[in-house]
Amino acid sequence: MNSGSFLLNILILGVPFSVALLLAGLGEMINQRAGIFNLGCEGIMAMGAFIGFLPPYFLARTELAGSANLIGIVLAMVAGALLGLLFALVVVTFRAPQGIAGIGLQMLGWGTAGTLFRHYVGGVTGVPGIQPLPIPGLSKIPFLGPVLFNHTILVYGAFLLVPVFWYVLFKTPWGLKVRAVGTYPRAADSMGINVARVRYQALAVGGAMAGLAGAYLSLAQARMFADDLIAGRGFIAVALVYFGRWHPVGVMGGALLFSLAQTLQLSIQVAGIKFPYEFAVMLPYILVIVVLALVRKAKMVGPTELGKPFDREQRV
Amino acid sequence: MNKRGKLAYNAFIVIVAALAAMAIGAIILAAVGADILKAYLVILTEPLKDMIGITEIIVRAIPLSIIALGIAIAFRSGILNIGAEGQMMMGILASSAVAIALPGLPKYMLIPLAILAGAAGGAVWGGIAGVLKARLGVNEILSTVMLNYIAAQFYTFLLRGPMMDPEELVTGSGTPQTVRIPRAAWLDRLIPGTRLHTGVFIALGLAVVVFLLLWRTSTGFKMRAAGAEAKAARYAGVRVERYLIIAMLMSGACAGIAGSIEILGVHRRAIEGVTGGYGFTGIVVALFGGLHPVGIIPASMFFGLLLIGADMTQRLASVPANMVLVLQGAIILAIVSARQFMNNPYVQDRISRFVARLSGRPQPPVQPGPDASCPDPSDSIDPCLADEPDQNIEETAR
Amino acid sequence: MGHEPIRSLELRGITKRFPGILACDHIDLSVGEHSVRALVGENGAGKTTLMNIIMGLYQPDEGHIFINGSEVRFRSPNDAFDHGIGMVHQHFMLVQNMTVAENVALGLKSSHKPFRLDLAAVRKRIIEVSERHELPVNPDAYIWHLSVGEQQRVELVKTLCLGARFLILDEPTSALTPQETDELIVKLQKMSQELSIIFISHKLHEVKSLSDTVSILRRGRIVFEGNTADHSSSSLAALMTGHEVELPRVEAATESKATGPGLLSIQSLCVLGDRGNLALDRVSLDIAPGEIVGLAGVSGNGQRELAEALNGLRAVESGSIDLDGIEIAGASAGRIIGEGMGYIPEDRDTEGIVPSFSVRENLVLKDIDDRDWSRGGFLRLGAIASNATELRERFDIRCPSTDTAAGSLSGGNIQKVILARELARGPKVLIAVYPTRGLDMGAEEFIHKQLLARRSEGVAILLISEELEEIMNLSDRVAVIYKGQILKVMPGKDATKRSLGLLMAGVADE
Repeated sequence: MNSGSFLLNILILGVPFSVALLLAGLGEMINQRAGIFNLGCEGIMAMGAFIGFLPPYFLARTELAGSANLIGIVLAMVAGALLGLLFALVVVTFRAPQGIAGIGLQMLGWGTAGTLFRHYVGGVTGVPGIQPLPIPGLSKIPFLGPVLFNHTILVYGAFLLVPVFWYVLFKTPWGLKVRAVGTYPRAADSMGINVARVRYQALAVGGAMAGLAGAYLSLAQARMFADDLIAGRGFIAVALVYFGRWHPVGVMGGALLFSLAQTLQLSIQVAGIKFPYEFAVMLPYILVIVVLALVRKAKMVGPTELGKPFDREQRV
Repeated sequence: MNKRGKLAYNAFIVIVAALAAMAIGAIILAAVGADILKAYLVILTEPLKDMIGITEIIVRAIPLSIIALGIAIAFRSGILNIGAEGQMMMGILASSAVAIALPGLPKYMLIPLAILAGAAGGAVWGGIAGVLKARLGVNEILSTVMLNYIAAQFYTFLLRGPMMDPEELVTGSGTPQTVRIPRAAWLDRLIPGTRLHTGVFIALGLAVVVFLLLWRTSTGFKMRAAGAEAKAARYAGVRVERYLIIAMLMSGACAGIAGSIEILGVHRRAIEGVTGGYGFTGIVVALFGGLHPVGIIPASMFFGLLLIGADMTQRLASVPANMVLVLQGAIILAIVSARQFMNNPYVQDRISRFVARLSGRPQPPVQPGPDASCPDPSDSIDPCLADEPDQNIEETAR
Repeated sequence: MGHEPIRSLELRGITKRFPGILACDHIDLSVGEHSVRALVGENGAGKTTLMNIIMGLYQPDEGHIFINGSEVRFRSPNDAFDHGIGMVHQHFMLVQNMTVAENVALGLKSSHKPFRLDLAAVRKRIIEVSERHELPVNPDAYIWHLSVGEQQRVELVKTLCLGARFLILDEPTSALTPQETDELIVKLQKMSQELSIIFISHKLHEVKSLSDTVSILRRGRIVFEGNTADHSSSSLAALMTGHEVELPRVEAATESKATGPGLLSIQSLCVLGDRGNLALDRVSLDIAPGEIVGLAGVSGNGQRELAEALNGLRAVESGSIDLDGIEIAGASAGRIIGEGMGYIPEDRDTEGIVPSFSVRENLVLKDIDDRDWSRGGFLRLGAIASNATELRERFDIRCPSTDTAAGSLSGGNIQKVILARELARGPKVLIAVYPTRGLDMGAEEFIHKQLLARRSEGVAILLISEELEEIMNLSDRVAVIYKGQILKVMPGKDATKRSLGLLMAGVADE
């Protein structure tokens, strides 16, 4: 395989591989902008992947088979939003520390998905999943065509969400509230904004996005469900948001970067290059650490109050 | 709050956590159509029915308690070590390598060496995260989680390659495992017919050591100060960054020792899946035990019980063993919620009034005047993310 | 939202309890049209709580609020805004990395269209209000670019944009220079012709110059209400504290024994701030043994960076710090502590003590490795305990036991713990940063006495404070810091409010 097609291969794989990270990352961006980081993202993605997978699995031979994917996606988002709300209960209402609570949520989500999977499905089964939808005309462009325009509809949707999230965060009243609540909740409170309510809403949105990301993995990318499907992508999404400076474009860039590290591993195998499999798999994780180490502490481009619970009664 | 109040406070939190977790677990059990009562009964009582069950609980409790002790050191020093899984794996690799490489040594030399190697392996792996946090401000939860994944790959690589038992290649079965480690390195079984091994004494010894370290030495004092209020500790001349690294080294070493003991005492060779989620369960054990050796020992027994029980429910009540993860996650959420909830001065006020009314003592007086007091925090650390953002402002990127 | 003017605001029987504390005790207050009411009281008397109740941030446990005779219930600040009440808080409620317009938009519900934030309308309103009241602000400026005085103007404009016809100001002059204060007072006097104003202050001279009537709050109750003109500052002070208060003055103490070279000698010190700016610009200062040097200045001109650099908590770019012959610039905090530096930091709760540690543990926090407190690495618990008992006695620290968590003590007692620890170590130099901030007069008196006592023992003391009274009372010499430079050092007896005020504002006389 020559270097040109090697590169092409990486890019073709890289774009759809980044979608799970992108979707989860956009959701986590909203969370963090509101002042909360949700390490349970990984667990929500696991639940989303499983719940998204269920309708196509069960409805395969019924007349609902056509819309099974859509049902799966919607249910996954609902489940994700509910888990996000559960997290909100713990960290906003009970003001528990977000780091540990996130790990707890991750275990809960992962364990529940695994338990239900073993019970209802049993073994590793595939589903037809979502098929790619090449855009007529554009997908024929040499080089750019296969890279950009020959993907599933979710991929197009995910990238279209980037400007949508930009608009919501910076041009709508709700986005303004979210940003205020994450930077100076006391000021927002004094202006009559219900800090807790905004945070609940943000976490619900973040959870829904994580659920969607999980469903994408099981329906469009791997087209199956397994215990280790998520493989740390939820955590990577959380790191992504720091790296992307809490901005949708930054999150998109980060998602592409990390997915490239992953597709590099696959491409190396396909190209037959002699490189130990396990080391190639390590690459994305090492990259996360490197990126976190090199990124200078963001001098408050984003939420200054990230990680701190808000208590009106607390003396200033 | 006095000592008795503190004990009651911690006990209350544990009970609330356990109940809340069981409630959440019940929901999932219902979702799999299991008999909820039967499932819990099996989990909590079945393992206690015979000697094998009871010794197995202790066998599980040994690595759990050691890992939890290490995590308690880290959490109390202000650094959240989620990387015990990876550190345990590195400890296993180092320990097995040393044991296999030195078969000629007598027992009293080989065992300590192997365990030390395990400690070193875990310490190095934990130290990486510690240095990243201390020098570069890298969030330790993210770095330790990433290091877990990296360690897992490295472990598999070695076990399928350089460290694989040559026998496996010959017979062609290709099971990723090392040769049996030399007899001299084995930790003896205490009760014939069971897997209970001398590692239990190491666990108990470590519990004493950790207690003395954290509460009776000046080093431990400084570590706890750094964990409780890093700013004040810095102002008092404590080199917070240095102690973060030391804490991670110690924490990783504990995980490494736990791994090493599992190999020397139970499996007698390095195999896949030996860490079995101990790294994460250890975190729950640590929290459940109030980050204190006195609580961690019973907590590790309790979770040993849960783990064995969960295995049994798979057979007896057809509930998948993953259930135990659900319970663990629920317990973490419940503990941190309950603790924070109890720290709320309004809640404390209500409760002390309630208790006063029950016991007929006079109500605490409501005084006019000077500034409000802070809530009386428990002795345990509040595991908050120590990654405090700068208070400085810069242009928002648009 | 009614547009009728607020002719009267009345509070009847307002009571508010927090756990263990009665913050407001059946308070009655009534303010009429076009009047300026001062609400005065010591720290912790309940003033801010009361105002927060009026603003709808807290719900009163008992009592009623009446506007123009009809009862109102404020369940959130939105209700207060709707009725025309606005508040400028002591710590500005402005989101730093947003613009002025965005900050106003947060509260201006009319700009919250379904999918769009109508910033154009907000901008229009800001300009309208700003011109009408002569409070120039730039709607598109980022808050973090603005000076403290400008930010306060933004706060005023914000409340007016939200329709305030009744203004509450909480310690409006706490971060202003004397000149800015005068400007503000003129502005407020003008505004009082249209609005009614309540302002909270503990600075009696401001109360005298601005208010028509004054209410004095002590321990949650109104203890006095009357016309400002009828009373002198000292009688108001007496009413505030309940007894005659005479703060110790350095004149009453002996002549300064200060002779010879400085015990602490700072030469040409350059230190960078958090934003990479030059926080200290060639600062030079000498403090002799047995002398108190007061450093006056508006908070934010380099005081924090100076204290941090002196204690090894901030890097030094250039220059030297000499402590009794030893160069300590750039040394570690631990080493500087060992050389005899004492430090009472600005933030007592997070910098001075470890709140979850016990009182006795905090009292040995800095010296835990000393032979007194640990042997062979192991703590000497008995010695630590008896030390605590002794210090508790000596410094009159009120706590249930020395085993209690230090964070649960009152502010004054926490400061005593810090003081006890620092002084028991017998430091050569003591740096006290805003030591009496937020404390009641009794605690303030205690601390001042302690400082003077150390002074006569030959300790060199650097007192950094915003309170000009405190500086003028205690200092042998006064230095003024402005934008990282020492503008002038003068003997204590030459320091007047006026001369210090000018220097604090950056006006260096020839």
